[in-house]
Amino acid sequence: MNYILGAFKPACHISITFSDGKSRKQVPLKKENGQTVMVPLFQSQENISGKISIEPVSGKKVEHNGIKVELLGQIVRELDVPGEIYERKTYPFEFSTVEMPYETYNGVNVRLRYILKVTISRGYAGSIVEYQDFVVRNYGPPPSINNSIKMEVGIEDCLHIEFEYNKSKYHLKDVIIGKIYFLLVRIKIKNMDLEIRRRESTGSGANTHVETETLAKFELMDGAPVRGESIPIRLFLSPYELTPTYRNINNKFSVKYYLNLVLVDEEDRRYFKQQEITMFRLGETS
Amino acid sequence: MMIADGIEDEEKWLAEGIAGIQHNAFYLHRAVDSNNLREALKYSAQLLSELRTSRLSPHKYYELYMRAFDELRRLEMFFKDEERHGCSVLDLYELVQHAGNVLPRLYLLCTVGSVYIKSKEAPAKDVLKDLVEMCRSVQHPIRGLFLRSYLAQISRDKLPDIGSEYEGDGDTVMDAVDFVLQNFTEMNKLWVRMQHQGPIRVKEKLDKERSELRDLVGKNLHVLSQIEGVDLEIYKDTVLPRVLEQVVNCKDELAQHYLMDCIIQVFPDEYHLQTLETLLGAFPQLQPAVDIKTVLSQLMDRLSNYAASSAEVLPEFLQVEAFAKLSNAIGKVIEAQVEMPVVGAISLYVSLLTFALRVHSDRLDYVDQVLGACVKKLSGSPKLEDNKATKQVVALLTAPLEKYNDIDTALTLSNYPHVMDHLDAGTNKIMAMVLIQSIMKYNTCVSTAEKVDVLFELIKGLIKDIDGTLADELDEEDFKEEQNSVARLVHMLYNDDPEEMLQIICTVRKHIMAGGPKRLPFTVPPLVFSALKLVRRLQGLDGEVAGEEVPATPRKIFQLLNQIIEALSNVPSPELALRLYLQCAEAANDCDLEPVAYEFFTQAFVLYEEEVADSKAQVTSIHLIIGTLQRMNAFGVENRDTLTHKATGYSAKLLKKPDQCRAVYACSHLFWVDDQDGIKDGERVLLCLKRSLRIANAAQQMANVTRGTGGPVTLFVEILNKYLYFFEKGNPQVTSAAIQDLIELIKTEMQSDTATPDPASDAFFACTLRYIEFQKQKGGAMGEKYDSVRI
Repeated sequence: MNYILGAFKPACHISITFSDGKSRKQVPLKKENGQTVMVPLFQSQENISGKISIEPVSGKKVEHNGIKVELLGQIVRELDVPGEIYERKTYPFEFSTVEMPYETYNGVNVRLRYILKVTISRGYAGSIVEYQDFVVRNYGPPPSINNSIKMEVGIEDCLHIEFEYNKSKYHLKDVIIGKIYFLLVRIKIKNMDLEIRRRESTGSGANTHVETETLAKFELMDGAPVRGESIPIRLFLSPYELTPTYRNINNKFSVKYYLNLVLVDEEDRRYFKQQEITMFRLGETS
Repeated sequence: MMIADGIEDEEKWLAEGIAGIQHNAFYLHRAVDSNNLREALKYSAQLLSELRTSRLSPHKYYELYMRAFDELRRLEMFFKDEERHGCSVLDLYELVQHAGNVLPRLYLLCTVGSVYIKSKEAPAKDVLKDLVEMCRSVQHPIRGLFLRSYLAQISRDKLPDIGSEYEGDGDTVMDAVDFVLQNFTEMNKLWVRMQHQGPIRVKEKLDKERSELRDLVGKNLHVLSQIEGVDLEIYKDTVLPRVLEQVVNCKDELAQHYLMDCIIQVFPDEYHLQTLETLLGAFPQLQPAVDIKTVLSQLMDRLSNYAASSAEVLPEFLQVEAFAKLSNAIGKVIEAQVEMPVVGAISLYVSLLTFALRVHSDRLDYVDQVLGACVKKLSGSPKLEDNKATKQVVALLTAPLEKYNDIDTALTLSNYPHVMDHLDAGTNKIMAMVLIQSIMKYNTCVSTAEKVDVLFELIKGLIKDIDGTLADELDEEDFKEEQNSVARLVHMLYNDDPEEMLQIICTVRKHIMAGGPKRLPFTVPPLVFSALKLVRRLQGLDGEVAGEEVPATPRKIFQLLNQIIEALSNVPSPELALRLYLQCAEAANDCDLEPVAYEFFTQAFVLYEEEVADSKAQVTSIHLIIGTLQRMNAFGVENRDTLTHKATGYSAKLLKKPDQCRAVYACSHLFWVDDQDGIKDGERVLLCLKRSLRIANAAQQMANVTRGTGGPVTLFVEILNKYLYFFEKGNPQVTSAAIQDLIELIKTEMQSDTATPDPASDAFFACTLRYIEFQKQKGGAMGEKYDSVRI
């Protein structure tokens, strides 16, 4: 009976609200099922506090062996001793200055999530559980050293170019400014693109798994240049879904970004040069 | 087949492109109508993607471009209206740059850029600079040219020109100039590059396609010329050097030719004049295949017109030494371009000459200098073979004649004959004809022996056979026309001073004597008459200069004439020579130079005896002799008798009886000169008339014998008329009885059985009788005289 009942209708509603829920910034989060939901945004060292309301379905009582809230993987707070709930009951909670050094990350093979989990423990009927995702983003100051990337590459007697990106470290809403200077052109180039690639590596040692995604493909040049031509680069990063560069997060995974300069000739042969850039999140001024 | 397919395919691709544009335009309009910026950007980028095609020829691509252009105008209106899309122009400027494909991105950027400048939220120069730099990303020639052409189009009214609303706050006209120059340079580079790119195609086709696009490039120069702020200084220091730098460096003949032409056409003449050195300095650096002559000619034409436009600008030409610079530049170009055909060089000289004539009409030395340079160029090859080059040389030689309307000027140009020397015989003649026609047209009198000498040296192609020309090559009619022209020319040589005139005659003689048998009959008569004219003039002066030692005396001239005519008789052209001798004799008679006149007659008689063999010619000659001799009054009795005797003798010896008869009765006049102190020998007159009557009778009898019919009575009627003449003049030997007899004789002859009816002679006789009747009835002394004649 209960099993069937439980399958169709939970015995109670659990709602989790954050104490500054109305003013806190909400950001989209893509769930496993592909849907995007808006969730609150936190950063490390913030207090995570709010209220949890449990409201039994009308006319029912919920017997339990205790209620707790967890900041998943980290902290548990007992909310109630075993007992029965007949009507709506609200529990405040607070996790003060939580250490959350890693940002929420939604990759191909790895996800880094922050979740609040409320558990109503029950004996025979099984526990009732509710989850609430939230997002953590951490802001850093701009890097003190940020050199440009300048490089001369080529294929002997075929193609020599010199390219320059104004920085090696870009924030997520940055603009890549640069130029490509053609020193020698003996092939018939059709076009030239600048790609932003994300390299996500998971596992370690022999079990390392690397996944590379092209997040942006931006055409820099149309047609064949001649020797001496200089082609400008101006690529706004804001339209793309980028994250900061993550290095060895919790010994589990790394996310790196690369700029890939690709030249395509008339026979569709590709000549490319990949260059790592560091992405970082700039503290929002507003 | 292949080509046809290609064209069909192209039509198909164009249709597809247009369909793509229309399709996206539909959604674009919808987005714009609903103020949806994001959708508008999306569909406009898709729409513009149709322009990324590589499959269309420039012509078709243009069609596609124009479709897209119309849509962009509409989009620009939308962009302008911030209230509708709620996005600041600065944000919009960034937003459009998110587009992934470069071509749509840049079209959109230019479109927003236009709005941005208009909003004045940023200095125009910064936006322009950014746009022109960003457009570098399109390196495909055709796509790049159209994109930059779009940039030029939207920026035209937004340049920070003087007086423009975008000027000021650090935006100066120099920024406008820099912008246009940069766009021009990049466009030209793309245009030049067209020939190296894409699939290898036929060069002509490529050149044609390139030509279709040239105005896109040239438009920039036009824009530069339209910028108010581009004054002479900016033009001189910035615009021209930078444009020329690009023109020279692009090393492309098509571009160089077109752009040089463009520069000359779009900028003011005044600027050209002041920057002549710089402009001309570029020419020797152009590719050898560039048709420099056309371009330079254009420049000189323009400058000539400019000079002609107002007298005030002339000092400028002198100040900048325009001629020297042009001349120098042409020299350098010819030197640098060894491959240039002669015709090219000559046509350059023609232009330079035209320039010199129009701008410095007073500087004959310039004209001569040009001709000299031309001679130098021509001296490499002995004679011109190239038809076109020959034409140019003729143009070169004709120009001064037309300018000065006056052969005199041409004759003072020392290099003129040298240039003519380089023409082939045929053209040389044509040129000589041009010279003569010029003299005729402007009625120019050539007045010194020296000039005459030069002139005849110039037209020597007409005056004598030049080696290598075969006589039978000549068209008879052309030859006649040429020689007639020379004959006419002789009459244009004149000086009031007899001395100089004699010199002229001698000079002409010197030249025409070399003309040979075919020419002398044409050229000698005018010379003879010209000399005779001088004789008559001297006759008029006789009183004044008598006693002085005058070199130019009639006697001297007659000597000369004798020689001249002798040459003609040797040709041989005896009849003409005979006429001329008689003319001279008459003139000598008028000068009272009996021996001279006698000598001329002797010559004429000798010719008659020895050279005139044709009976018809003899008849004509004898009548001329008789006529001339009749008028001679300078002869003493003895000389006269000798000559008359001879003439009468010749008359009686003519072949045909009627001719004899007529000549003999004509001789009667030799003995009766109706002057106050003329000879009046009635007896010998009658003798002649009787003799002619006898001959007429003989002729009549001969006709009876040979044909069985009598000849017409015309001869008798003619003799009757002579009788009447002398009767009326009062020759006592001619009596009314004799007249009566003659009338009867004629009447009898007419009624004879054998008489041949001849209406003409019947009428003649009837008229003669009517005249007699008239005289009878008139009464008076004459009437009485005729009284005894009955008809």
